[in-house]
Amino acid sequence: MSKMHVKFTLNGQDVEGLAEPRTLLIHFLRETLNVTGPHIGCETSHCGACTVDMDGKSVKSCTVFVGQADGRQITTVEGLTNADGSLGVIQEMFREHHGLQCGFCTPGMITRAHRLLQENPNPTEEEVRFGIAGNLCRCTGYQNIVKAILASAEQLNAMKEAAE
Amino acid sequence: MKDEIQTPADRSANLKGMGCSRKRVEDVRFTQGKGNYVDDIKLDGMLVGDFVRSPYAHARVTAIETEAALKVPGVLAVLTAKDLEPLGLHWMPTLAGDKQMVLADGKVLFQGQEVAFVVATDRYAAADGVAAVEVEYEELPVVTDPFRALDPDAPVLREDLAGQTEGAHGPRRHHNHIFTWEVGDKEATEKVLDEADVVAEEMVYYHRTHPMPLETCGCVASMDKVTGKLTLWGTFQAPHAVRTVASLISGIAEHNIRVISPDIGGGFGNKVGVYPGYICSIVASIVTGKPVKWVESRMDNLMSTAFARDYWMNGRIAATKEGKITGLWCHTTADHGGFDACADPTKFPAGFMNICTGSYDIPVAYLAVDGVYTNKAPGGVAYRCSFRVTEAAYFIERMVEVLAIKLGMDAAELRRINFIREDQFPYQSALGWEYDSGNYHAAWDKALTAVGYDALRQEQAQRIADFKAGKTRKLLGIGLTHFTEIVGAGPVKNCDILGLGMFDSCEIRIHPTGSAIARLGTISQGQGHATTFAQIIASEIGIPADDITLEEGDTDTAPYGLGTYGSRSTPVAGAATAMAARKIRAKAQMIAAYLLEVHDGDVEFDVDRFVVKGAPERFKTMKEIAFASYNQAIPGLEPGLEAVSYYDPPNMTYPFGAYICVMEIDVDTGEHKVRKFYALDDCGTRINPMIIEGQVHGGATEGYAIAMGQEIVYDDMGNHKTATLMDFFVPTSWETPHYTTDHTVTPSPHHPIGAKGVGESPNVGSVPCFSNAVHDAFRPFGLVQSHMPHDQWRIWKIADDLGLHG
Repeated sequence: MSKMHVKFTLNGQDVEGLAEPRTLLIHFLRETLNVTGPHIGCETSHCGACTVDMDGKSVKSCTVFVGQADGRQITTVEGLTNADGSLGVIQEMFREHHGLQCGFCTPGMITRAHRLLQENPNPTEEEVRFGIAGNLCRCTGYQNIVKAILASAEQLNAMKEAAE
Repeated sequence: MKDEIQTPADRSANLKGMGCSRKRVEDVRFTQGKGNYVDDIKLDGMLVGDFVRSPYAHARVTAIETEAALKVPGVLAVLTAKDLEPLGLHWMPTLAGDKQMVLADGKVLFQGQEVAFVVATDRYAAADGVAAVEVEYEELPVVTDPFRALDPDAPVLREDLAGQTEGAHGPRRHHNHIFTWEVGDKEATEKVLDEADVVAEEMVYYHRTHPMPLETCGCVASMDKVTGKLTLWGTFQAPHAVRTVASLISGIAEHNIRVISPDIGGGFGNKVGVYPGYICSIVASIVTGKPVKWVESRMDNLMSTAFARDYWMNGRIAATKEGKITGLWCHTTADHGGFDACADPTKFPAGFMNICTGSYDIPVAYLAVDGVYTNKAPGGVAYRCSFRVTEAAYFIERMVEVLAIKLGMDAAELRRINFIREDQFPYQSALGWEYDSGNYHAAWDKALTAVGYDALRQEQAQRIADFKAGKTRKLLGIGLTHFTEIVGAGPVKNCDILGLGMFDSCEIRIHPTGSAIARLGTISQGQGHATTFAQIIASEIGIPADDITLEEGDTDTAPYGLGTYGSRSTPVAGAATAMAARKIRAKAQMIAAYLLEVHDGDVEFDVDRFVVKGAPERFKTMKEIAFASYNQAIPGLEPGLEAVSYYDPPNMTYPFGAYICVMEIDVDTGEHKVRKFYALDDCGTRINPMIIEGQVHGGATEGYAIAMGQEIVYDDMGNHKTATLMDFFVPTSWETPHYTTDHTVTPSPHHPIGAKGVGESPNVGSVPCFSNAVHDAFRPFGLVQSHMPHDQWRIWKIADDLGLHG
């Protein structure tokens, strides 16, 4: 099958490559670009382990053709770490509040939480629970994930206030 | 000197040892997407394998045409049973003493069964190859009902067993019968039932479900033809056992096989077994000379590897008029699917189902289990459960409720008067176990008080009155459960899998500068072993947990052990860790005494040092001792400071808990809302409370899923109706309840640190608790028993059957 040329911005860097048009974004990220943070937990868009951020929206990269990513800005969990290599706020809060166990859903969950807190910087517990309902976790029962996201909101807001 | 002004409490806190909620060391890599799961492994020239699977539940395979597939660009090989047969690998032994087809050998026995293995350059080419393989089938009559399977005229499923009247677990009495397992005193139990004041009888069905870890099963096999070494990375909960079994099956010498479990994305029992994908990947790597990766899709996972439960438990429970239980009888029909691939210790073909007398002092009991073949996937794994304990706990906790209805008693009070008393431990159960320790009454009272039980019952009575008066359409259910687990398999004298004794191990090496590395025979799948086992060592030998590296999962470096499942890591490998640490401490004591120029008996351990008794200003820290152990000639002692322990537990451990659920149920829609879920767990000594609570949240959520909607369903043709996450219910954050956790601490008397294990308790305890809440809501209207899962439609149906829709 002939291959197409794809180019997009990934975690602030330009990336490009060749791929069959039928290639799914998750496979291109993981297998061509070796970006293995996003995971594969199903093939029906239910589990959210493959969640990435595309042009400011959470998308499940297992149901996005790589061609649809052409020219876009894509962020994965790898892009949420601070420039100095330390954990970003949401990553740190997941650790602090035991918001992960096996770690398999975590990259998608954190990437989704990142976008949720851009969309709604002051969510209630109910809004967090609704906002991450597209991401399944089999280990934590979500209770500590919700706690971690609420704590992240608080900390991000405090940082924003301090900067203003 | 900073060190000297620190109090022992400060020094102890610095260790981050047992009892503290140490943050997890695993999380730094996981939160950055830097975990290393099997699908993240990439090797030069690596190929990908994928299966052609049967669309039929029972059929003859009359032809497999692979030529077209081999012409697909990127496809290198297509394996069928014919290719595996010369190697003797077309069938493989199962963990239960049966055998299973690796690739269809003349027929298929369940939908989704592996028929051919396509090897290609990438996953897309492999999928194209799979689509191009043509298989001709001749359909056969299908049996999905385990009772129908035992009819005299039922279709013969396992033609390979024709004429075999003796199975791995005794006589077979029918062509679809696998085994009968009996425990207890049948005659005495039947006499008690015949003469009892009250007998309650019920069929309790625990439906078929699936562990469904978020990461599916998979492996990468790499045969190095130059060195003759096979490396097998995989999602293995028991890497050492996989190495031994792989050696026995393949004939490759065990020292030439290296099995590595990398990070595992949840296991829950799904990743204990040996699957055709592993065998095919190994063969494909040998055939092609390239590394071969095989990773299941979600559909593959739900259809072919490791279902759980599917027990039809027919029970009778006898009691006096006052409610004292006098006997328990149970006959279980166990649907094992097409092959008996249950993961149970060899001597326990129905696992620890004989813990079904639960938390109660029942003088006499009898259990019989019949295993049956049907046209469903094999498995029967211990899904977040210690070998059928979930089934046993669900059975007894339903039977007690059914008895309470028969007696017209409050179910909390009925439990209380039947609990094993604190002074009866160690307690010998009627079905053969010796419970190590417990204080059930204390836990029960604490739980009832915490939720305000009496007030809840008053509220419920008012609700029923309001409902009858037409003021509300919502009912209130109060679900109760007191469960007793049996975990930590197990004593080698009665626990083995395929002849491999179920001990476990830990090796600790102290480095000269006083930090350490520890390696265990277990493997974490999210439990946080790298965090908690370091805490055990920190407390035992006084080295900060942050200075201890913990490794598991590489059979070339870790000591041999039977792996992580059945809540056995803390009870068995945790004990080995403490014992290895104590060996080091004993040597450290001798070194300290030498350095302090006193007799061994004149120094004592104090948090992170040995001090001269009565002269606390004279001491040697563990750091100093470690350095001296390598660098100072000490008469009579070898250099170095390391130890290994292989721990064979003297008994199982018996964690327990009291769970209470308050549930609102809408009679007209069948919807429910969990208003409160209170979970009190007693897992003995608590190593890391944060991780324990996390385990309870997660286990209870899996229990919630199972009780309220999650199931594996087949139609009469054997079509799998729940093979995607569209149909197989996994709760999201939206419907998952909020949990209140609590605890009591009753240490295990035989475990070196008194710990009992907790990972599976919440699944074992929460399923009956949620189910009992549903039943309790409808009890005033005459409901006695209704099968799980209690999804919206089934709850609506209960209400409808009871005439509550007018």
